[in-house]
This record gives sequence, C-alpha cells and structure tokens, in this order.
Amino acid sequence: MLRYLLGRLISLGLSLLVASLVIFTVIEVVPGDPAAYMLGLNASEDTVAALRERLGLNAAPPIRYLGWITGMARGDFGLSYTYKVPVADLVAQRLAVSLPLAAYALALATLIAFPAGLLAAARRGRAADAAVMGATQIGIALPNFWFAMLLVLVFALHWQIFPAGGFPGWQSVGAGLRALTLPAIALALPQAAILARVLRSALIETLDQDYIRTARAKGLTRGQTILHHALRNAMIPVLTILGMQFSFLIAGAIIIENVFYLPGLGRLIFQAITQRDLIVVESVVMILVFAVILVTFLVDLAYAAIDPRLRKRA
Amino acid sequence: MRLPLLLGLALSLAALLAAVVSLVWTPYDITAMAIAERLQPPSPAHWLGTDHFGRDIGAMLMAGAQTSIAVALVAVGIGMGAGVPLGLIAAANRGSLIDEAVMRLNDLVFAFPSLVIAILITAVFGPSALNAILAIGIFNVPVFARVTRGAALSLWTLDFIRAAEVAGKGPARISVEHILPNLANLLIVQGTIQFSLGILAEAGLSYVGLGAQPPTASWGRMLAEAQTMVTLAPHVAIFPGLAIVLTVLGLNLLGDGLRDHLDPRLRRIR
Repeated sequence: MLRYLLGRLISLGLSLLVASLVIFTVIEVVPGDPAAYMLGLNASEDTVAALRERLGLNAAPPIRYLGWITGMARGDFGLSYTYKVPVADLVAQRLAVSLPLAAYALALATLIAFPAGLLAAARRGRAADAAVMGATQIGIALPNFWFAMLLVLVFALHWQIFPAGGFPGWQSVGAGLRALTLPAIALALPQAAILARVLRSALIETLDQDYIRTARAKGLTRGQTILHHALRNAMIPVLTILGMQFSFLIAGAIIIENVFYLPGLGRLIFQAITQRDLIVVESVVMILVFAVILVTFLVDLAYAAIDPRLRKRA
Repeated sequence: MRLPLLLGLALSLAALLAAVVSLVWTPYDITAMAIAERLQPPSPAHWLGTDHFGRDIGAMLMAGAQTSIAVALVAVGIGMGAGVPLGLIAAANRGSLIDEAVMRLNDLVFAFPSLVIAILITAVFGPSALNAILAIGIFNVPVFARVTRGAALSLWTLDFIRAAEVAGKGPARISVEHILPNLANLLIVQGTIQFSLGILAEAGLSYVGLGAQPPTASWGRMLAEAQTMVTLAPHVAIFPGLAIVLTVLGLNLLGDGLRDHLDPRLRRIR
C-alpha cells in the first residue's frame, strides 16, 4: 500500500510541475513582454517599464518561474494588476462560491444518477430501463448553459421560486443555497445522465458474473445482490467517470457562473481576460488544473480502497 | 437498421444539410439588419421569428450550423491526426519508456479541460473560432491516443499479428497495415462521439465569448445575446438551444447505433 501511495504521490508532483511549466510558458513567455501586453498599445515606454519592474519581469524566465511556484507553495499568488489586491485574497473570496457550487452539483448528480442507474440495471430491457436511457440521451445532449436559461425562465421569472442570478453571500446559509440551487441543477443534470449510463452498464456487466448467480442461489433477493455484491464491483468504472467528470464540472461551473452572475472563479477569470490581468489568469488556471490533477490522484487512492488487487500493482 | 440509428442519421444529416445549404443560400441575409422587424415571434414570413436586430433566426441557425460543424469536424481531425499515431506508437512499444512517456503526456493534457485551454489561448492571442478549434482539438488528442492504444494493445496479442511478425514485418509496418485497419470501426464511433462533444464545447466557448466572433453566426453566441431578452421574446433563446440539443442527440444516437451496427462485440464497452 505504501509503495502504491508513494508512486501516486510522485506522479502527482510531476504532473503539477509540468502543468505549471506549460501555464507559465504560455502566459509569461509566449506574449513576449507581458507588461506591454497587459497595458495595451497606447501605454508609454515608462509605464511599461514601471509595471515590468513592479511585477519583477526583468528577471530571467527560470528565476521568475521559481519565484512563482515557490510563492504559490507559500500561498502567495502575486498581486492582481487591476484589483491591486493579492490574488490569493481574490481567489479565496471566489472559491467560497465556486467550491460549494461544484459540491452541490456533484451531490445532486450522484443523488439522481444512482437511483436511476440502479433502476435501469435492475429492470434491464423493460419499460423503466428504456425510459431512463431515453432521458439520459437527452440529458447528455443538453448544453448546461441553455438548460440554465430555461430553468431561469420557468423557476425564476415565471414562478419566482428561486432568484434569477446574483449571490447574496453566506451571511444567511439558506439564501446562499437558494441562489446556488438553479445553477447546481443546471450543472448536475447533464452529469447525472452520463453517470447513470455508466453505472447501468457497469452493473449489467457485473450482474452477468458467476458470483452473482451464487449469491442469488444462496437465497439473496435481487435487490440484496445488487446492493451488496454488484454495486461495489461496479464502482471502479463509476469512479473513473466521476473523476473525469470533475474536469467537465469545473468547465461547466465557469460557464454557469456567467449565466447566473455568480461571483465565483469563473467570473473572475473572464473579467481578468478582458482586463488583460495575466497574473490573475495564470494563477486561476493553475488552481483549476491543480484541482483536476488532485481529483485524479484521489480517484487513484479510492481505486485502491475499493479494489485491494490494485494496491499491489503500479 | 434500428430506429435510434435511423433517427440519429436523420438528425445529423439535417444539421449537415442546413450547414451546406447555408453556404450558397439562406432564406434571409444574416448580416442585414431590419430593426423595424426585431424580436418578431414565429410567423409565415419568419418561421422561427427574428432576433433583436430583426435578423431571421432560421437563417442564423443555418449559418450557425456551418460554424459548429466546421469547428467540431476540424477538432476531431486534429485529435485523430495526432492521437491515433501516438496511440499506435505507444502500443507498438508497449511497456517501454516511449509508451510511458506517451501515457504521461496524455494525463497531462487531460488535466486541462478544453475550456481552460481556450482560456489560456484567448488570454494571450484574443478570442477567435480558430482558438476554439485548437482548444477542442488539443483536448481530443489524448482521447484518441487512449482509445487507440487500448484497442491496439489487445490486437497485438492476436495470432495474425504474430504471423506478420514472423513474416518479417517491423512494428511500424504492422501498425499501419494490420492494426490501423482493424481500428477503423472503433475510430469512426469515437469520432462521432467527439464530434458531438465538440459541438457542445463550441457552443459553450462561443457562449462565453471565447469562440467565433461577430459577424460569424454561432449557436452559442446567439444564446448569449438572447439571454437578456429571454422574457421579452423566449423564442430567441429556445430555437438555438433546440438546434444544439437535436444535433448533439442525433450524433450520439448515430454513434451508438453505428457501434452496434458495425461491431456487436463493442456493445459491451459502454
């Protein structure tokens, strides 16, 4: 187990290193002079030189890269050029919206997908299965931002049950959750559709195995067999998809935040792009990629917890 | 042929037809504005109504199909063009350092969602349809590399490949002459899936302003513009969304149907 963990940790560290190198190169080396780029065409020589000095851009790229990653390791993400505040503070504020949104959506997606997938697998080939599969086909084809607009049209403008956008803050948890409900549903439904399909086919695969017949033969009911024997073995492909979906969830959240005017990381990054605040773009992209890599790592650990055979390998 | 496959084929062909016809003809000029006729609901003159500039939504959807299909198609081309050779090379050198390097490279690209790639490219070069193509295309590379390597690995264990080895063919030649043709079906199916994902991704990118820029028509941008008018004229928001859903649904049904049709053994994968 220790060897497995060590191997995964090394690969986590390497991925982060290479990813940060790629991001640094694209943002700070490719544009030539980031300071000139950030200030636009009309900036005078002096202003550009001053900004270059302030951002420490006069140092050689390798030195700047080292400064950037060691700073991030200490929680120092640099200073936003447009907001004049530490990027770390900006990100912390925005994460208070984005993280709960992602967690809310993931919870909803799982809550919808598991019963649907179990039902479809248990009633395989019958009407309930066909209904679930048909619904998931549409769910997969649904662009989440359009679905979000329809939700707003019905539940915010017509019935006025939920707010159409904006975020009141977490002073009142109820109001905060209410503001995140429609965005979370919009994010969750397409994810739930994919998850339900994967769960169904993984369950059907395991239900064909001999040990399932043995379990049935020793007198377990169909439901007991599925819950106690098949589900655990179907979890590996489900976890893989959950892990892979996390990156879609992040991308989706960035877009959905723009539909609902939520002050999360997604809005921050688009504001930073229009204001050419490369320091913010660089750090937020690194955080997003870090999140994806971290989830991959956690999924690998979860594999080992679920399937002891995997601990010996790798 | 079964019903879902037929339905998928019909929907996909309809989108393709709309795109091709829009190259030479649209019912109205999509660059001409007619403010007097703005936000009209569907009528005999404008079947799907008009937008805030008085442009015919049906005509815009046809032109938008062109953008969606072109972006998604080229992105699949990039993904296949780079991913399939990488997967073949990794499988031919299975277990070696090259294989390991290709797989790690895959993992790395996988850590960048296509939206994040688009953000990176746009932050430095500004938004354009080309950026959308690149972002989705780069995201497709590891997908095709993985699928190709996985399927090629199992082919390499088969007797007819052994026979080719004994006949003196090298790994490169075997990959091209024997492995690749046997992957064709799988790649067609995966290509259809990535094509439909590409259409969704393009819509998302142009919705947030990272894709095609005006005056190029795009379904995603139509929805972005419709957002503020959704209470006044719901049809401006509903039709572009329907176009996306129907096209993506069609391609997905086509992909699933093709998989069953071309190779029943593949049915177990999903």
